[in-house]
Amino acid sequence: MSNTPARHPSASSLPRLGGAARGAGLEMALTLIGALALILIAWAAPWLRFVLTIALAKGIAVLGILLLLRAGQVSFGHAMFLATGAYTVAFLAPSVPEALILLPLGGALALGLGLVVGLFVVRYRDIFFGMLNLALSMVLYSLLEKLYSLTKGTDGIRVAGLTFAGQSPPRETQEWLMFGLALGLALVFGLLVRAYLASPMGQALKGIKTRETRLEFMGVPARRVLLFAYAFSALMGGVAGTLVAMTSRHVTPLLAYWTSSGELVFIAILGGAGSALGPFLGAVAFELVRVYAAAQLADAWQMILGAVLLGVILFAPGGVWGILSARLKGRAA
Amino acid sequence: MRTPDAPPLLSARGLRLAFGGVKAADGIDLDVLQGEFLAIIGPNGAGKTTFINMTTGYLAPQGGSIAYQGQSILGLRPRQIVRRGIGRSFQLPQLFTEHTVLENAALAVAARAGIWSPFRRLLRPEWQEEAEALLERFGLLSVAHARADALNEGARKLADIAMAVALEPRLLLMDEPTSGVAATEKMKVVETLVRVLRQAGVTAVFVEHDMDVVARFADRVAVWSQGRIAALGPPAEVLADPRVRREVIGIEAAGAPSGLPAGGGGHA
Repeated sequence: MSNTPARHPSASSLPRLGGAARGAGLEMALTLIGALALILIAWAAPWLRFVLTIALAKGIAVLGILLLLRAGQVSFGHAMFLATGAYTVAFLAPSVPEALILLPLGGALALGLGLVVGLFVVRYRDIFFGMLNLALSMVLYSLLEKLYSLTKGTDGIRVAGLTFAGQSPPRETQEWLMFGLALGLALVFGLLVRAYLASPMGQALKGIKTRETRLEFMGVPARRVLLFAYAFSALMGGVAGTLVAMTSRHVTPLLAYWTSSGELVFIAILGGAGSALGPFLGAVAFELVRVYAAAQLADAWQMILGAVLLGVILFAPGGVWGILSARLKGRAA
Repeated sequence: MRTPDAPPLLSARGLRLAFGGVKAADGIDLDVLQGEFLAIIGPNGAGKTTFINMTTGYLAPQGGSIAYQGQSILGLRPRQIVRRGIGRSFQLPQLFTEHTVLENAALAVAARAGIWSPFRRLLRPEWQEEAEALLERFGLLSVAHARADALNEGARKLADIAMAVALEPRLLLMDEPTSGVAATEKMKVVETLVRVLRQAGVTAVFVEHDMDVVARFADRVAVWSQGRIAALGPPAEVLADPRVRREVIGIEAAGAPSGLPAGGGGHA
């Protein structure tokens, strides 16, 4: 008690509240600016509309990675939920072409898979948690690759024509629709994740990282806390997968491959785990770097990504979000 | 306060547990009475913490029984035992180190009042108020917004116990609540503790090495030795026992571990 200044309770809570409100205001302002900037780019540079839609979709999946990171757990297999959503679209599009049905259906199936896999993996922590997720995602990858009669193997499946609320609009309108859908869902899931992280369940998630025993001795089953987050992350992975499939119109087993899972973790670290905005900052940065680096240096772009990741880990552990919020807060103060 | 006529709150019979060849519990019989403060003393390795671990479901005894309010709690998980009203605090405080003290307290309040709400804030007004009231009782309000890992040991211990108290236990088991606390702060910590627990009507069992604390605050003292209870009774009686003085208190000062023969004097 001696090493912290004694403060009157009301005096101490007021400035904190002000700080929290300012932080929240900054987050909201950045979200709005970011969303407007994306719309502007998508309008001014039509060839980037596709890239940004994919980036937003991946951002949604990375929100799930961020939840697990709060508990100190890293999943190296979350691409399996993305692939579940994507293949749901590919398999069902010929019979059910309605995007607004396929989208929740892909999410629901991924949620179901997440609950089943989750019951098993939440019993493990750290490297075991990460590797079990990796192993299970590779099982799905092998199934998608080997069951040729169903999945056409590594050739993948072309997604049949889709309808939106019964309409089949022209191609450009469809691109805008997908972009709008991805942006809207990104906002919705971003806000949900933000609320979830501030809730007792989200805070208990952080408690798993620091003192899991205490949770148990408070009468709270830590595994159930983690299972909820895991299922939520699987749902977001599934939704992201449906968006990717509907946008790219082609699904391959590569969606479930471990490098795809690694990419999600990469984006999470690049964007920063401090805010629900991080995954989207990371995903947009990642996809743009990939597009331009691949065009300029076809053979070396992965090296560039590697160097960027190294730089982030060494010099900006808070990721893009960490850099931005520190800059802006510094300016405001 | 103590109600000696009521049935015991906790009743342990013939508890046995050995780690390899070391008998951490070698036939423990102990009744914890409603409302009492029972101190457990004894040399390191005598099995004091093992008793707490068995009572809270962290370790399963190899033999014997534990009944709480007349019902066996053997085989229950720690979180089920907590839900029945047995709280515990730890020798090394188990706080959520990346949370503030207030958030720690609020999480404990949430654990009791309903943690499964995914979209309402942890620091909702009613929980924040309760958490602040709890911290105030423990004299921790001034550090409410400090991170839990920034506190000194005395405050950490109190915060650890506050989190257990937030769950409104009837029985609280405290493992060395004053170890590591600076000598100047020790009595302050214990006085706060005793005041809060008496107000809340909590029965307490605490492992303690400081005989001044024991003499001042315990209703009864149990002397642990090599997994057995060597003596049990009011502090004035037990602490005056020459064998306890020589072999427990004297030993602790010298720091050379060696136990008492079991079943010795001072049995109440």
